[in-house]
Amino acid sequence: MAWDRDQMAVRAARELQDGMYVNLGIGIPTFVANHIPEDVRVMLQSENGLLGIGPFPTENEVDADLINAGKQTVTALPHSAFFDSAQSFAMIRGGKIAMAILGAMEVAENGDLANWIVPGKLVKGMGGAMDLVAGVKRVVVVMDHTNKAGESKVLKACTLPLTGKRVVDRIITNLGVLDVVEGGLKVVELAEGVTGAELHGATEATIVN
Amino acid sequence: MNKIYSDSGSALEGVLFDGMFIAAGGFGLCGIPELLISAIREAGTKGLTIASNNCGVDDFGLGMLLATKQIKKMISSYVGENAEFMRQYFNGELEIEFSPQGTLAERMRAGGAGIAGFYTKTGVGTVAEGKECKSFNGEAYVLETGIVADLSIVKAWKADTSGNLVFRKTARNFNPPAATCGRICVVEVEEIVPVGSLDADQIHLPGIYVHRLIQGAHEKRIEQRTMRAAV
Repeated sequence: MAWDRDQMAVRAARELQDGMYVNLGIGIPTFVANHIPEDVRVMLQSENGLLGIGPFPTENEVDADLINAGKQTVTALPHSAFFDSAQSFAMIRGGKIAMAILGAMEVAENGDLANWIVPGKLVKGMGGAMDLVAGVKRVVVVMDHTNKAGESKVLKACTLPLTGKRVVDRIITNLGVLDVVEGGLKVVELAEGVTGAELHGATEATIVN
Repeated sequence: MNKIYSDSGSALEGVLFDGMFIAAGGFGLCGIPELLISAIREAGTKGLTIASNNCGVDDFGLGMLLATKQIKKMISSYVGENAEFMRQYFNGELEIEFSPQGTLAERMRAGGAGIAGFYTKTGVGTVAEGKECKSFNGEAYVLETGIVADLSIVKAWKADTSGNLVFRKTARNFNPPAATCGRICVVEVEEIVPVGSLDADQIHLPGIYVHRLIQGAHEKRIEQRTMRAAV
């Protein structure tokens, strides 16, 4: 057994602390917003120019001028603010955002992150990910521990072109939670029903105690 | 000094030429200058280099200029929504210069503000490594250059007749920095209002950056219509 995507999002939501300004990436990180504990108030930043992301709109509220960074229609909240892209990345690069929760293709034991391109296969681009990991104080990655072929995505060294070097602080996967520490990764938590041996077996990176 | 033109075609008259460099506002399909893009398609200008965060979708936004093979090169951060883009790229028909989103916005802002280059931590240790690096207080930064384009195409919500602009919600995005970095800036808006009817304290972009202005009806297509059930 392991965590499903929803449980990974629930676990990631526990990273959030009251008063934080937070950026959530596309994919599982987006669902983190559905699981924010009631006593925790965070301000979600969307890098296309919105602080204070509200819930998805009702049919009547849909507004083509109001989307999140995943290009989904959203709503604004009473405390929301809009701004341009240069201002948006000034606050990201300037270290004003406390935490980013992002998806990944590969993470290495030294905190290297690859999540933007598979050479020769997939051309998408890095979007705002390189800016986020370079500027945000704490970077948490949420991803499956292995790829579709069953190979580890938690590696000694990334094989794909990097999004950022030594930028990841914590990795949340379907098997558990690992921190990037001196010399490798430290297991912080195992997913329900997952043994230490299973997590070790699915991890290529060095695990330290 | 009249900045107002009757339609997008006449607003672009005399400013388009093959091989030119255009900076465009918009994020995804939100806040894109859709009328001006259509006019460039009509004009048939070729060999374009376009700095824009994205390249539209196959049948809307800048994707319409891919279909007609008018684009030579894109400077973008994310182009994942576009099948024709992928096809042309892998066929070697289209060049792409990936620029991280914040770096791209700042390159436009810098170019428009007379700053030739700036150092940023974004991209250190990645493929950006080929660029000049410099250490400040023991931390590595890469040099990025400002963008100055031949033409800026921009979408705003309202303008007054002197070109002062107000944007709406997240449709602001790249439009202000893109507007500043072009030698000529052409803006399309939903409504042109008389001078004095916008609050001077609430202007998002002053009219000094705006050379030509058109008003028109916008489709404002939505890329991902996501909704919750009404209670």
